[in-house]
Amino acid sequence: MFESLDPTLLARIQFAFTISFHILFPAFTIGLASWLAVIEWRWLRTGNQIYADVYRMWVKIFAVTFGMGVVSGVVMAFQFGTNWSRFADAGGNVLGPLLGYEVLTAFFLEASFLGVMLFGWNRVSPKMHFASTVIVAAGTLISAFWILSANSWMQTPQGFRVGQNGLLYPTSWLEIIFNPSFPFRLVHMVTAAYLTTAFTVAGIGAYYLWRQRHVQHARVMFGMAMIMAIFVAPMQGVFGDLQGLNTLEHQPAKVAAMEGLWETRRGAPLVLFGWPDQEAETTKYAIEIPGLSSLILTHDLDGEVKGLKEWPADERPPVAVVFWAFRLMVGIGVLMIATGVIAIVLYLRKRLFDTRWFQYWCMALTPTGFIAVLAGWFVTEVGRQPWIVQGLLRTSDATSPVMGASVAISLTAFVIVYGFVFGAGSYYILKLIGKGPAGDPEAYGDHGVEKPPIVTDLTGEKGGLHV
Amino acid sequence: MFSFESLVDLPLIWYGLIATAIFLYVLLDGFDLGVGILFPFAPTDRCRDRMMNSIAPFWDGNETWLILGGGGLLAAFPLAYAVIMPALYIPLIIMLLGLIFRGVAFEFRFKATGKSRRIWDGAFHFGSLVAAFMQGVIIGAIVQGIEVEGRTYAGGSFGWLDAYSAMTGVAVVFGYTLLGGTWLVMKTDGETQVWARKSASYVIGYVAIFLAIVSISMPIMNPEIRMRWFSVPNFFFLLPIPTASLIMLIIIWRDLHTGREYRPFLLSFGVFLTGYIGIAISMWPYIVPFEITFRQAAAAPESQSLLLVGTAIMLPLILLYVGYCYYLFRGKASHESAY
Ligand code: HDD
Ligand code: HEM
Ligand code: HEM
Repeated sequence: MFESLDPTLLARIQFAFTISFHILFPAFTIGLASWLAVIEWRWLRTGNQIYADVYRMWVKIFAVTFGMGVVSGVVMAFQFGTNWSRFADAGGNVLGPLLGYEVLTAFFLEASFLGVMLFGWNRVSPKMHFASTVIVAAGTLISAFWILSANSWMQTPQGFRVGQNGLLYPTSWLEIIFNPSFPFRLVHMVTAAYLTTAFTVAGIGAYYLWRQRHVQHARVMFGMAMIMAIFVAPMQGVFGDLQGLNTLEHQPAKVAAMEGLWETRRGAPLVLFGWPDQEAETTKYAIEIPGLSSLILTHDLDGEVKGLKEWPADERPPVAVVFWAFRLMVGIGVLMIATGVIAIVLYLRKRLFDTRWFQYWCMALTPTGFIAVLAGWFVTEVGRQPWIVQGLLRTSDATSPVMGASVAISLTAFVIVYGFVFGAGSYYILKLIGKGPAGDPEAYGDHGVEKPPIVTDLTGEKGGLHV
Repeated sequence: MFSFESLVDLPLIWYGLIATAIFLYVLLDGFDLGVGILFPFAPTDRCRDRMMNSIAPFWDGNETWLILGGGGLLAAFPLAYAVIMPALYIPLIIMLLGLIFRGVAFEFRFKATGKSRRIWDGAFHFGSLVAAFMQGVIIGAIVQGIEVEGRTYAGGSFGWLDAYSAMTGVAVVFGYTLLGGTWLVMKTDGETQVWARKSASYVIGYVAIFLAIVSISMPIMNPEIRMRWFSVPNFFFLLPIPTASLIMLIIIWRDLHTGREYRPFLLSFGVFLTGYIGIAISMWPYIVPFEITFRQAAAAPESQSLLLVGTAIMLPLILLYVGYCYYLFRGKASHESAY
C-alpha cells in the first residue's frame, strides 16, 4: 500500500510541517528576547520592581518557547539531508558555510547564555545578567541573519557557477550572502517577529487590564506593545511593499500569483478577492480596483505587469495558496496598523488603558502575528515553486532516495509528537499567564503575597486608568 | 575568492574538526543523556530534582555540538552528508524524536505539578534512552559500511538494522550511563552521590565488556581493519590504546569506591577518547565507510576556506564562554527549582 505514496510530495509536506512549526518559536523568541533586554535595562535604570516582575514572568514563558524552538530547530538541521539530499549535495558548497556560520556565531551564544539568563540570578551581578539577556537577544538576531541569507539565496541565487555533476560552486561570498532579496527579507522578518511578540504581549496585557489584575504590570506590557503597534506596524507595511517590488524584479511569477493576474497587461487591476483557477487559467469572481496593481508595482497607473501566462504551465506556482496566504498576511498587517491608529486616538483621549472594547480587540489579535508569519512564509516558499533554488534546481529533483513508507511514518510521528509537545507547551504557557507576574514568591521574599507592599507609580506613563 | 587550498590540507583539517565536534558532542551530551537514563532509578524525587538541575544550564549548549557536527558535515563534506542522512533516515528521525522529549522535559517538568510531572519524568528518561540507543545504532551501521551508487545512497530503508547495530546501541547506552553516573558523583553529594557511585560501578563492568566486543569484532568483520591493527609494526604502536582504556577503567572503579569525586568523570572522558580514536583508526580514511573517502567528499576549497576562517575565530571564543558557563555553575547542584 505504501508503494503508491509519492515520496517527493510527502517529503515536501513533512518539511513544510516541521519548518512551519519551528518558525513559530523563533518568530516569538526573537521579539521576546529583545523586549526582555529592554525591560531589564529599564529595571536596572529605574530600580522599579514592576519591571523585575514583568521580566521574571516573561522569562519563564521565554524559556518554554525557546526550548520548543531548540528541539524543533535541531530537526531542521538534519532535514536538509534526510529529505533533500540531492539538494544538499548540489547546493552544499554554497549553503553549508552559511548554516555553519549560524551555528558558530549564534546557536552556541544563545544556548550558553540562556543558561546564565535562567539560572544565573544569584551567581552573577545584575549587570552581567543584563549582558546575558542582551547576548541571547543578539544571538537570535544573528541566527535570523544567516538563515535568512540562506533562504534568500534560494529565492534569488547569485555568486556561483555550475560545475560537474550539476554541483554549484561559489564564486563570490559577498554576492551569495548579500543576495538581492536578503536585506528586504531580513528587515521584514525581524520586524514581523517584533510585531508577533508585541501583539502577544498586548493581548495578555489587555487580558489583565480587563480582569483588573496586575494592573501596574499590565500597563507596562500593554503600553510598550502599543508603542510597537503605533510605530512599527506601519513600517512593516512599507517594508512589505519594498519586498514586493524586489520580488517583482527577481521572481515576477510569484508576484503574478500573489496578485492573481493571468494576462500580461498595462493598467493591471488590483484583485481584492477572487478564486484563482489553475486549470482555467483565470481568477474567477474577481473584485477588482482598476489600475491599482500597476500603480503599486510600477508606480504608474499605466505600467505593464506580467501575468502568469508568460510562463509555461509547469513553471507556475500553485496560485490559490499564494494568492490567499498573501491576502491573509496583508489583511492582518492592516489590522495591526489600525490598532496603532486606535491606540493613538485613545491615548490622546487618556482612555488607552481602560477602554473595554479595545481590550477585547487586542485580546482577539493575540495570535495574529503568528498567523501572518506563517502566511508570509507560505507566500514566499510556495510562490517559489516549482523551484527549490529559483530557476536552477527543481524541487522534484532535490529529494532523497528515501522510500515513501519511511517518510509517511516519520511524518505521522512528527505530527503526533509536535501536537503533543505543542499542546503541553501551550498549556504551561497559559498556566504561567494565569499565574501572572506578581504571584512569584521569590520576588518578594518568602511571603508569597500577591502584591508588593508599596506600588510605585510608573513615571512617565500617562493615560487615565483609575485604580 | 580566497582559498587556502595551496597553504594547508583543507580536507584533512576539516576531517579533524568534524571528528572533534562529534566527539565533543558524544562526551558532553553523553553525560546529559546518561543522567536521563539513570533518572528513574534514583532513590527519591529530591535526588531526581537535583540530577536535573545539575545539567539544566548545560544541556542546550551540549546539544549544539550535534548541530555543529551536522551543519559542519553539510558545509565541509556535503556528499557525505547527502549519503549518510538518507541511509540512516529512520534511526536519525527516532533519535531526533527522543531528543525532543528529552529537551522539553527540562522546561515542562518544573512547571508541572502532581501526576503530570510523571509524564515529563518519563519523557526525560525515555527520550534520553532512545536517543542514546539510536546514536549507538547509527555508529554500528556506519562502521559496517554504507551502500553507495554514484552520488547517492543505494541501500534500503532498513539497511542500518541488524544484531550488530543493536549491540552497539546497547553499548552506547551503557557508555553514556557511565558518563552520567560519574558526572553525578562530581556534581552531587549525600544520598544522590552514594547512589551515583553504586550505579557507576555497576555499569562499568558492562562498559568493559562492550568495549572488548567492539574491539574484537571490528577486525573480524573487515579484513582491511584486521590488517591495520594486527600487522606487525602497527600492532605494537596501537597496543597502548586498548591498554590505556583498560587501565583507566580500573582506576575509575577504584576511585568510585575510595571517594574521589572528579577523577572518575575525567577518566570516563579518557575511556571514550580511546574508544573514539580506535574507531577513527579503523575507519580512516573513509567518511562514508567503505565507499567514500574524506577527500572525495570534500566541499569546494572556497567553501571549506570560508568556514575555516569563522571556525578559527569563533571556536576559541566558544570554548572560552562555554568554559565560563561551566565555571559559573560549578559546585554541587541543589534540588530547588532555580528560576
Ligand atoms: C507579523 C507578520 C507580518 C506582517 C504583518 C506582514 N508580513 Fe509580509 N511577510 C512576513 C510577515 C509579515 C514574513 C513571515 O516575515 C515573510 C515571509 C518571508 C519573509 O521574508 O517575510 C513575509 C513575506 C512577504 C512577501 C513575500 C516576499 C517574497 O517574495 O518572498 C511580501 C510581498 C510581503 N510579505 C508584503 C507584506 C505587506 C505588503 C504587508 C502589509 C502590511 C505585510 N507583508 C505584512
Ligand atoms: C529560512 C529558512 C528556510 C529555508 C532554508 C527553507 C527551505 C525550504 C526548502 C528546502 C523547501 C523544499 C521545497 C519544497 O518543499 O517545495 C521549502 C519548502 C517549503 N517551505 Fe521553506 N524554508 C525556510 C523557511 C520556511 C518557513 C519559516 C516556512 C514557514 C511557514 C516555510 C514554509 C515552507 C513551505 C510551506 C514549503 C512547501 C512549498 C511547497 O512544496 O509547495 N519555509 N523550504
Ligand atoms: C526564517 C527562518 C528561521 C529563523 C529566523 C530561525 C531562527 C532561529 C532562532 C532564533 C533559534 C533559537 C532558538 C529559538 O528561540 O527558537 C533557532 C533555533 C534553531 N534553528 Fe532556526 N530559524 C529559522 C529556520 C531554520 C532552518 C531552516 C533551520 C535548518 C537548518 C534552522 C535550524 C535551527 C536549529 C538547529 C536551532 C537550534 C539551535 C539552538 O540550540 O539554539 N532554523 N532558529
